[in-house]
Amino acid sequence: MSDHAEQSGHGGHVVPVSTYLLVFLALMVGTALTTWVAYIDLGRWNTVVALTIAVIKMILVVLFFMHVKYATGLTRVVILAGFFWLGIMITLSCSDELTRTWEIVPQSWLPTTNMIIPMISRLF
Amino acid sequence: MSTAIAEIHETPAESGVNYLNATYGIKSWLLTLDHKRIGLLYLGSITLMFFVGGMAAVMMRLHLVEPQGALFEPETYNKMFSTHGIIMVFFFLVPSIPATLGNFLIPLMIGARDVAFPKLNLLSWYIFITGAALALYATLSGGVDTGWTFYPPYSSLYSHTHVVAVALGVFIAGFSSILTGLNFIVTIHKMRAPGMTWFRLPLFIWAMYATSLIFVLGTPVIAITLFLLGMERILHVGIFDPAVGGDPLLFQHLFWFYSHPAVYIMILPGMGVISELITAFSRKKIFGYAFVAFSSLSIAVISFIVWGHHMFVTGQSIYAGLVFSVLSFLVAIPSAVKVFNWTATLYKGSISYEAPMLYALGFIGLFTIGGLTGLFLAALATDVHLNGTYFIVAHFHYVMVGGAVMAYMGGLHFWWPKITGRLYPDLWARIAAAIIFIGFNLTFFPQFVLGYLGMPRRYAIYPSEFQVLNVMSSAGASILGIGYLIPLIYFIWSMRYGPPAGPNPWGAKGLEWTTQSPPLTENFPTIPIVTEDAYNYPSEGAHV
Amino acid sequence: MSDLAHGAHPQGFAHQFEDIEQQRDAGRLGMWVFLVTEILFFGGMFTSYTIYRALHLESFIQGSHQLVVKYGATNTAVLILSSLTMALAIRAAQTGKKKGTIIFWLILTMILGATFIGIKLRFEWFRDYQEGLIPGVQWFYNGPHAPGVRMFMCFYFFMTGLHAIHMVVGLGLLTVLVVMTARNKFSSEYYTPLEVSGLYWHFVDIVWIFLFPLLYLIGGRYQ
Repeated sequence: MSDHAEQSGHGGHVVPVSTYLLVFLALMVGTALTTWVAYIDLGRWNTVVALTIAVIKMILVVLFFMHVKYATGLTRVVILAGFFWLGIMITLSCSDELTRTWEIVPQSWLPTTNMIIPMISRLF
Repeated sequence: MSTAIAEIHETPAESGVNYLNATYGIKSWLLTLDHKRIGLLYLGSITLMFFVGGMAAVMMRLHLVEPQGALFEPETYNKMFSTHGIIMVFFFLVPSIPATLGNFLIPLMIGARDVAFPKLNLLSWYIFITGAALALYATLSGGVDTGWTFYPPYSSLYSHTHVVAVALGVFIAGFSSILTGLNFIVTIHKMRAPGMTWFRLPLFIWAMYATSLIFVLGTPVIAITLFLLGMERILHVGIFDPAVGGDPLLFQHLFWFYSHPAVYIMILPGMGVISELITAFSRKKIFGYAFVAFSSLSIAVISFIVWGHHMFVTGQSIYAGLVFSVLSFLVAIPSAVKVFNWTATLYKGSISYEAPMLYALGFIGLFTIGGLTGLFLAALATDVHLNGTYFIVAHFHYVMVGGAVMAYMGGLHFWWPKITGRLYPDLWARIAAAIIFIGFNLTFFPQFVLGYLGMPRRYAIYPSEFQVLNVMSSAGASILGIGYLIPLIYFIWSMRYGPPAGPNPWGAKGLEWTTQSPPLTENFPTIPIVTEDAYNYPSEGAHV
Repeated sequence: MSDLAHGAHPQGFAHQFEDIEQQRDAGRLGMWVFLVTEILFFGGMFTSYTIYRALHLESFIQGSHQLVVKYGATNTAVLILSSLTMALAIRAAQTGKKKGTIIFWLILTMILGATFIGIKLRFEWFRDYQEGLIPGVQWFYNGPHAPGVRMFMCFYFFMTGLHAIHMVVGLGLLTVLVVMTARNKFSSEYYTPLEVSGLYWHFVDIVWIFLFPLLYLIGGRYQ
């Protein structure tokens, strides 16, 4: 059998208006928070905070506005695959672009604090 | 639906309606929503592109019989190899099996009436021919000399050729791939007939599904890459220009992120075809069905993490080189699994040597050689010596021509009776297969030697001590060219004069063989209910 | 499986499918697969951005400070509101509301989308043109880190430009949906085009949710 959705009978799950409004409010608060925090000196953490809030906003939009909370496993796999592949592209490209200045023969066999952490912190 | 007029596709034996004669006129073809007709529209377009790309190859090989070049100025030679690469990769190999055999067969094999989005399917053909027309026009107006890889800074700053136009043609054609892949994924997930579980699917479907994953995940990246290249060339903004902080290697990362998986787009469907051919012509079920199915998926996934092996000598960091080299060895494993399983399928099979089987057997041998030589290139140290030489050219032609094109030919021959309702002359088909095999090896085996001896690729001239091998290669190319022309002739001949084929001339298993040849527009009078596994041939010793 | 009698499919049914549920599922899956292609498409730009930001952080901070936060923040709010109105339009169709209600929410979404583009064009890009901040078109920035700032502004225009093109396509989709709704093409049984267009619209919103901090807030604004 084709995998028909397990969504209820006819239209798919109906989300209450109150849920939508709550999510909307959360998104607006997140935007205000992001903007407000930008004017506070947190050094490297500014970017971490901003991106964390952005990821939370995205999750809210995906789960509620895009109905993924009520969607099939297949939908979730598709979305995760998209992000995973984006991750591959960024990670492996950075594995070249950000290691150009590494020593050819490292002092020790463990690429420890000397290399990886400075590399990641350069992103912020 | 009228059968009043005897069409050339109709024969006295079966005066039935089928998808070819159900409606008439150019509009019924150009506005068709039938996946089978769309497959034929693609077949016509890509055959044209194959012969255009082939002409460029003939020109190149003729030029290379002389060490100082027999035909062209170096600048023109550069345009020849660029045209050959661009047309063959983007406008022939990438769409070949998916858009022709995939479009035609997928709904039939899964027991559906059409793909999920027939209008998108037709749109994807129009997008394809738009991109192809633009690229052809730009090529005829002078083409590009950057190679099919378009590397900056040459392509962005120094080349005086039609880079933007050709890149735009490729960009446009990419959307055709994306829509095809999307259509196939949704079709295979949602439109299988009752009883057609995932593990009863023909392996061709698994291969097409894996290919579609690559279409969908990889092609958008070449789109954005060519967009950035175009912006760079038009506005000189410096994205890939080291003088202003850009990095030419960023282009290469983005380019190969698609283009390496693209080579698996080219081979995976071929592997799917081979699974069908080997089982049909050894009348035996596939050995290790699950392994072959999962190996297709593994190839699709692993293909995305190895692209840096194209950049070992272009300035990539040693660490990235290490990572990509190790990962590149990984991708050989699922391919090897397939070769072992096909061989095991052949063992104790009831083998016959019709043309499709000759192509399949040729594929197994030639793909193995091509694949093994890929390992030489995955190893960092040997790649330093072999990169940029004819060894690479030989390697990829073994997998793409000895592999993918042979699989495509085998598939065309196997399903031709189903597509057209006609049989082609098998004797001529076998002769052509033999000519292609001989011509292919004569063309490309000397190139392994040339590469090892150090002859660089993409060069219009070469040291005179390489002439003998080059002449051998060119001789092989002319034989290969003849080999490809023969099927063109008898296929066209068969459409009018070939004997009618019944529903299942090969006695093969698969839902497509349960329908009439050619099939009805709606594929099946009633949707079948599937109760048996794929390749359910009677086992040896059973009463046939 | 559909509980409708054989042959009595709802309006909008396409005959390659067995029933309307299969068609709905296929439409949803198709749009999600398309959105994955969009993730990879924008992803190429995000990858390039990540690399260049890591390699030229100071220039990117300097470039980011050329942008005006209040416009970016306002536009973020505008798009979030438009996602709400879009979700409400689909909900109206789901719950069988009159077509006027659906059209109301759709048009509101369109107005918000147009507002976004209006703010971008009038207050941001037009101003950038006047101040010579458009590489390759009108460039006379001579502050610190000029080459790197130029690189940053390239990314700014490419990323927001591609995003804006997607917004415009979205507005086109919404127009078609308004017309289809007015022509009674939808019901609580079948509203798939609305639903999948909603998915597209929310995706475009999510891209902007990331573009805002990544372009406007690099290095913070506390200097």
